[in-house]
Amino acid sequence: MSISKIPISRKLLSLGPIILLYISVLNEFDFNYLNLKYFSFNFPYILIFYWSLKGEGRLSYVLVFFAGLINDVVIGLPLGISSFTYLSICVFAVYLRNITLRVSLIKDWLFFLFTILVINSIFYSILVVFFNVKIQYYNLLFNVLYTFLFYYFFSYIFGYYLNLLRKTND
Amino acid sequence: MEINRDDFIIAIRSAFLKKGTKQRFSLIVLLFFSITILTLSKYNFKGITFLKSGLNEIVYRASFIISVPENFIVSSYRLTISHFNLYKDHKKLKKEFKALKAENLSNNYIISENKMLKSKIEDIVDISSEILAKVLVDKQSPFLKSIIVNRGSKDEVKLGMAVLDGEFLIGKIVEVNYLTSRVLLLSDLNSKVPVSVEPNSVQSILTGTGENFGKLQYSQIENFIINKGDQIYTSGSGGIFKSGIPVGEINIIDDSNESYVLFHSNFSQLRLVKIVLYENVN
Repeated sequence: MSISKIPISRKLLSLGPIILLYISVLNEFDFNYLNLKYFSFNFPYILIFYWSLKGEGRLSYVLVFFAGLINDVVIGLPLGISSFTYLSICVFAVYLRNITLRVSLIKDWLFFLFTILVINSIFYSILVVFFNVKIQYYNLLFNVLYTFLFYYFFSYIFGYYLNLLRKTND
Repeated sequence: MEINRDDFIIAIRSAFLKKGTKQRFSLIVLLFFSITILTLSKYNFKGITFLKSGLNEIVYRASFIISVPENFIVSSYRLTISHFNLYKDHKKLKKEFKALKAENLSNNYIISENKMLKSKIEDIVDISSEILAKVLVDKQSPFLKSIIVNRGSKDEVKLGMAVLDGEFLIGKIVEVNYLTSRVLLLSDLNSKVPVSVEPNSVQSILTGTGENFGKLQYSQIENFIINKGDQIYTSGSGGIFKSGIPVGEINIIDDSNESYVLFHSNFSQLRLVKIVLYENVN
């Protein structure tokens, strides 16, 4: 079936993750107004990792690259750094997909922790060493912790959505 | 997940190079692109500056539109809370109003006296331009504290201009686009403003902490006394801001004699701000 003949609702459903990614980088999706000290999590990291791992190629790398550029502009980071971190997450996720024989959420979850620790270390080093941007190290650590914790929760929601997508494609 | 060395290399190679049927580019190509952009932006390459400027204009507007539903929910929540606190706030404000009324009378006298004294030393600084701006994006990430306003070079906004919330300093312009600008807030870790701590006129530097308060630097010198409740004003050193713009007050002095400043303005609730340029009249 050619793309133009696919029903619009199915097309929109398959574009869901990428739409959500763009909304999350454009929106103030950070819950800062709750005034919870140190509370922040990186939703795009969770989304990109999950959909690169399980999405069967639904998450376009080019669109992930542009989402990174947009995130840099919105937050005020040096242009290209978020694209680099987002695509690096894709690399880790695809690597995990290649070596996985038996799917296990706990293993994915722990590998996600390893991934965001490495990615955030690179992110922090680039900002501090090359761009002289000061950031609080403990803020980044709490961000890693909450992002890691929320992955478990979001993986269930995304899993449900993925099943829905598979059913509509059948 | 036990794998040998060959499997590891194959998996890594495949992750970087294999693009699959649904992808237009492999990850290594896009990673190379982003590293190139990052490197060029480090050296302020002209093409990247243009790209960033163009992206800024589009993304800031898009971000403002996308944030509308969430902003509506947040403002509705705040409105409800303020309705619940109405009576308590009314009582508190009545008390404060009485005290401020009395203070205002003595302030008027001090202002006129100050103007006269400044004219004697030829140091009258005046506002040469004042632009009212609306906050478009208030994405105060945990790492960088800044806001985007809807005024840019078209409205003659320049780098380094002071940004006020009412009469209180909140930051300065650090990026100017054609229609928008970015304001670095005083709470950002990279912000540094020369200030004077009154009533003892202790000169210091106010730095951001990444939190909702600032910290005084280089003020732990003996013989200079800083007390809780002391007021912080800009000192005018460095010529960026005029002297005497209210910033905040000393809120905490810890055991190691570090002073923490509570800002007068609440940076999470900025909607309209003033961008001002101060110039010496003479």
